[in-house]
Amino acid sequence: MLALFRRELQIGVRAGTGALTGVLFFLAVVAVIPFGVGPDLNLLARIGPAILWIGALLAALLGLERLFQADREDGSLDLMLLADSRHMIALTVFVKCLAHWTVNVLPLVAVTPLLGLFMNMEPLGILATTATLAVGTPAITFIGAVGAALTVALPRGGLLVSVMVLPLTIPVLIFGVAAARGAVADPDPFSPPFLILAALMLFFAVIGPLAASLALRWGGD
Amino acid sequence: MPNDDDMMRLAADGLGGERGGETVFSGLSFTLEAGESLLVTGPNGVGKSTLLRVLCGLLPATEGTVQFYGGEDGFPDLASACHYLGHRNAMKAELGVEENLRFWQDYLGHPHLPPFEALEMVGLGDIGHLPFGYLSTGQRRRASIARLLVSYRPVWLLDEPTSGLDKASEAQFADLMGVHLEDGGMIIAATHLPLGLQDARTLRMGEVG
Repeated sequence: MLALFRRELQIGVRAGTGALTGVLFFLAVVAVIPFGVGPDLNLLARIGPAILWIGALLAALLGLERLFQADREDGSLDLMLLADSRHMIALTVFVKCLAHWTVNVLPLVAVTPLLGLFMNMEPLGILATTATLAVGTPAITFIGAVGAALTVALPRGGLLVSVMVLPLTIPVLIFGVAAARGAVADPDPFSPPFLILAALMLFFAVIGPLAASLALRWGGD
Repeated sequence: MPNDDDMMRLAADGLGGERGGETVFSGLSFTLEAGESLLVTGPNGVGKSTLLRVLCGLLPATEGTVQFYGGEDGFPDLASACHYLGHRNAMKAELGVEENLRFWQDYLGHPHLPPFEALEMVGLGDIGHLPFGYLSTGQRRRASIARLLVSYRPVWLLDEPTSGLDKASEAQFADLMGVHLEDGGMIIAATHLPLGLQDARTLRMGEVG
């Protein structure tokens, strides 16, 4: 399993463009918002966490459809399905999700503090948003794995994956933004939504790979 | 030849398979014992590849059963006991040839030959460091044949294994298959070309199904 994680990282890093595409998209979304809403610094600071979360959510969905497609096209997926008795296929999916998150989504979390400055957020708010993204974005990848598994045989399933996955990520978005705002807006609490966010992530870490593995197993041809 | 009593045996009974909702073959029966090989021949579209995928469980059988007995420890069923060499090579173009093989050895378990030796066996010993994407069609095929050697599996399911190989590599591959059979392995190969296997039985599809 460690070998699989290492292989996925190597492929992700050598193929190169995946992480950069996501970061640039994230940057583009966040950078145009101030031009759209105008020069009201207080308003920007208030909607900052929400904008960062939406930007990161959309950027995290980019490239998800390749999660299993590449393995299917070169035949690796067949061998992974055959090795089910040695490595449960759900576990293989889980490790692939972790590697995908590390290569493609972790950079988004890493640039969040910088983009937070664009939104005139205070340091505590930036810290809270980064923390909620670090905890919440794995859930998006795990949910996305289900969509990626369902559309693995479709040649251009990218948009379909996003459309299928987006409604399921709404709870993650709600609690992520609630926690990030709770850190700065005084009456709102931080830890209850943050803990629910963590619980959601753990829940999807189990459900996502299981559902994705079933989809891969029965979607074979 | 293996000398134990409970010899490995593979039995297909009345097997049927479909592709895209259409039955491509049915009522196919054969048995195969350790050290034996079976060539599946027949015209294009008769279901040779589908048969191989049904055998290892990648596709469900529409009728009949596949039974596999006497696999040693760690090989309870055919899916875990087989190497499947399909049309696609299951190698990543971004990674080096040897890196690819090392990954599959780790992932598939039951290590057999070190990747470097396996590459020597297929005549690619000096290009193990190159990214797989740089290789020619025949070299890619040979690299994925090397995958059969890095991990041990008693059963080899081969789908057009020699496509893209030159004469010398074909002979080399025939030797490798011969060694595998002598060690008590099993080979089922879908092919149009003679693979150079001695005493191989032949299953002609299109006449039985």
